[in-house]
Amino acid sequence: MDATITLTVDGRERTLTVDTRTTVLDALREHLDVTSPKKGCDHGQCGSCTVLLDGRRALPCLALAVAHDGADVTTADGLATDGELHPVARAFLDADAYQCGYCTPGQVCSAAAVLAEAGEGWPSAVTPDLDAERVTLDRSEIAERMSGNLCRCGAYANIVDAVASVAGTDGGAR
Amino acid sequence: MSTPEMLTPRAMGTPRRRVEGPAKVTGTARYAAEHPLDRPVHLHPVLATIPRGRVTAIDTSAAEAVDGVVAVLTTRDADALADTSDREFTVLQDDEIGFRGQYVGAVLADTPEAAREGADRVEVTYEQDDFRAVLDPDAGELYAPDAVNPAFATDSVIGDADAALGEAEVVVDATYTTATTHNNPLEPHSSIVVWEPDGGRFTIFDSTQGVSTTRSNVATVFGMDEADVDVISPHVGGGFGSKGNLHANVVLACLAARRVPGRPVKYPLTRQQMFSLVGYRTPTIQHVRLGATREGRLSALVHDVVEQTSRTKEFAEQTATYSRSVYAAPHRRTTHRLDMLDVPVPSWMRAPGECPGSFAAEVAMDELAVACDVDPVELRIRNEPDADPETGKPFSSRHLVECLRRGADRFGWSRRDPTPRARLVDGWWSGTGVAASAYPTNRSPGSGATIRYHRPAADGAEHWDVEIAAADIGTGARTVLGQIAADALGVDVDTVEVTVGDTAVPPATVAGGSSGTASWGSAVVDAAQRFRAKYGTDPSDGDEIEGATPENDWSEHYAMSAFGAQFAEVLVHADTGEVRVPRMLGVFAAGRILNPVTARSQFIGGMTMGLSMALHEDSVMDPRSGHVVNHDLANYHIASCADVGDMDAEWIDEEDPYVNPMGSKGIGEIGIVGAAAVVANAAYHATGVRVRSAPMLVDHFLD
Repeated sequence: MDATITLTVDGRERTLTVDTRTTVLDALREHLDVTSPKKGCDHGQCGSCTVLLDGRRALPCLALAVAHDGADVTTADGLATDGELHPVARAFLDADAYQCGYCTPGQVCSAAAVLAEAGEGWPSAVTPDLDAERVTLDRSEIAERMSGNLCRCGAYANIVDAVASVAGTDGGAR
Repeated sequence: MSTPEMLTPRAMGTPRRRVEGPAKVTGTARYAAEHPLDRPVHLHPVLATIPRGRVTAIDTSAAEAVDGVVAVLTTRDADALADTSDREFTVLQDDEIGFRGQYVGAVLADTPEAAREGADRVEVTYEQDDFRAVLDPDAGELYAPDAVNPAFATDSVIGDADAALGEAEVVVDATYTTATTHNNPLEPHSSIVVWEPDGGRFTIFDSTQGVSTTRSNVATVFGMDEADVDVISPHVGGGFGSKGNLHANVVLACLAARRVPGRPVKYPLTRQQMFSLVGYRTPTIQHVRLGATREGRLSALVHDVVEQTSRTKEFAEQTATYSRSVYAAPHRRTTHRLDMLDVPVPSWMRAPGECPGSFAAEVAMDELAVACDVDPVELRIRNEPDADPETGKPFSSRHLVECLRRGADRFGWSRRDPTPRARLVDGWWSGTGVAASAYPTNRSPGSGATIRYHRPAADGAEHWDVEIAAADIGTGARTVLGQIAADALGVDVDTVEVTVGDTAVPPATVAGGSSGTASWGSAVVDAAQRFRAKYGTDPSDGDEIEGATPENDWSEHYAMSAFGAQFAEVLVHADTGEVRVPRMLGVFAAGRILNPVTARSQFIGGMTMGLSMALHEDSVMDPRSGHVVNHDLANYHIASCADVGDMDAEWIDEEDPYVNPMGSKGIGEIGIVGAAAVVANAAYHATGVRVRSAPMLVDHFLD
């Protein structure tokens, strides 16, 4: 069974007809040639496909496209504005926070969301004060919050450096 | 022979960001399954659900009735392959099943959903034979392979180790095991294949560690000229060995492409399929015996290995070779024996041999340090050999002792109280450990490189093309080859553009054995020298020349390896047994470090994978079904961000003119060597519990 839906992808409205079994991820990759979100497991286990779905990080491999008619999707590619890399993306370059690059767009989207979530006071499993207005993104907070995004090349140490540099908690290191 | 001339480093040795970085952080770099081609056909395979036997019937009618299904391939109708000598590649050629998860069919459809539904509806009937799927030295008949990967002697014997053990003042005699592990690059193996019937050509977009290898293997299997197989692979989402050899998935996609001429067949493996079709690291059982004086000087070193292989195709991991070159001992023996099972074909996984072998060898050395009451750093220094212990060749360069000393200094080792189970802080036992690392320095012949000069009249700016069918699997090869070319030509690195990952340019050897930069870089240097010899310093627009990797005559005279020392701090929770690794440091001596940015990432990447092996990785084979039961990333655990604490790597600058003109040694694998051992050794120091298996589990630490 097919359905016609509309998605706003990286600021551009796209109308497409999908099988009702099609995930948002496959709608992006197979229908719209938007391949910035990567497919690493298709089961919500690796985080490679992480995008911002209506402003929050989400795994489009676990979302059916027909259930997200009208949604706003921002990929790592869409985080760039006017040809300027997003500060998180630039920090990943500066810290060499990637190697093969396959998990990287998902890491970048996740990190951008982590900064927003901490700014809004969302606690994590390692947050000492659950009622704080803001969460300071020290290394353990960053590592905890980025742990939904697997990296097989083992760039985690540099990923934490990159996110800390944007959060301003790296003490100017590296 | 006079000492060979080395390149003068200008760009080499300077930190340089990856040239493809912006495309990777935005996700616009195209990986194999992402090349936009019109009217793709999606492939979903049908996998054997028995581990051994044969297909007796296959009913495709329900699959063919699915809306959108284009074709169904089975053993009954697939094209005959020209070369069936390699059973791993003889896809859909007969009804025999050699392991669970083997291909028995494939469904092609206009959409991925229809292909998957179709595959679910193919009905296969089997006749199952008796089988064995779990390594068990007591159940099977072990055999000695003719050689171990890639061509090392199966056994090595020097002196009389048994006699020396009998006379030794101190003996360590223990058995170590490592689990089955799967490479699991984050990008699943993927291909898009187009068959052009006019003239008979394959165009293959593949995720591979070597386009030239894919080309030659596909040409062989299909009986074609290599020139009729194009392979394109600009970006590769990791491989760690699994994309180093051709696997059956590419053969299946090629067979499928022949069924739908002109239409691109797209086949990205699912994560689950990655557990049976593209290789893995064998489990190992390693019996190590060390004989030593009371001061810890080795008199005997024995490393006997039992591991598995597949009835479908032999792969013999060279697990004991680590013990052939690291420590001095006058009497020594290493052996490898295989248990042939009805399992998927094992293959390369990061540092095959050295990785699991170093786990046993380096934990055993820690046990010897405890038995002799000698500091484990000092113990390793005391057993430093003057020359390669087996061949007697001098090392071209070897700075293991310096790595140990520098690492100890930086890690604060001198303050360490050796007493195990002596530091309990906030409910956590705390300890530190050390292990050595080593990896051979390889250079493979068979790569070529083109260098082309441009000086467009329009702007007069000079520009150099460097073309070689190398692979950048995340190593930074594209970036580093540019640095090498710049220094070989004596030009600004920013004027050099490197093309890799395409059989349209000169062939290259595989990104494996930590040989890539040495092999490809040597070809680039050769091309640059030929270019200057022919065209001098004032070439004309369009001048070009091809070079090739020369043989290294010095490898006859010298043993060549990189070395390192790893240190770790481990916390083990006193009540839950949870293991954490807040600190890990590696110090390496690996020739000239060509790019400090990408090199550091390689080192800590390897260490992180070793940490992952120590704490998590364990593919659980079900003896009743021949199936890896935890075949996804929720159940097969790999290290995540929160597993990694303060991790760093540094290096000792080594000048080695004998390895290659750059003076570089391979660095892609040494980081994982010794990494699991250092975690186990630190866990012993923390808890007094000696864990002799990887991964370590919480119940190892609970009474």
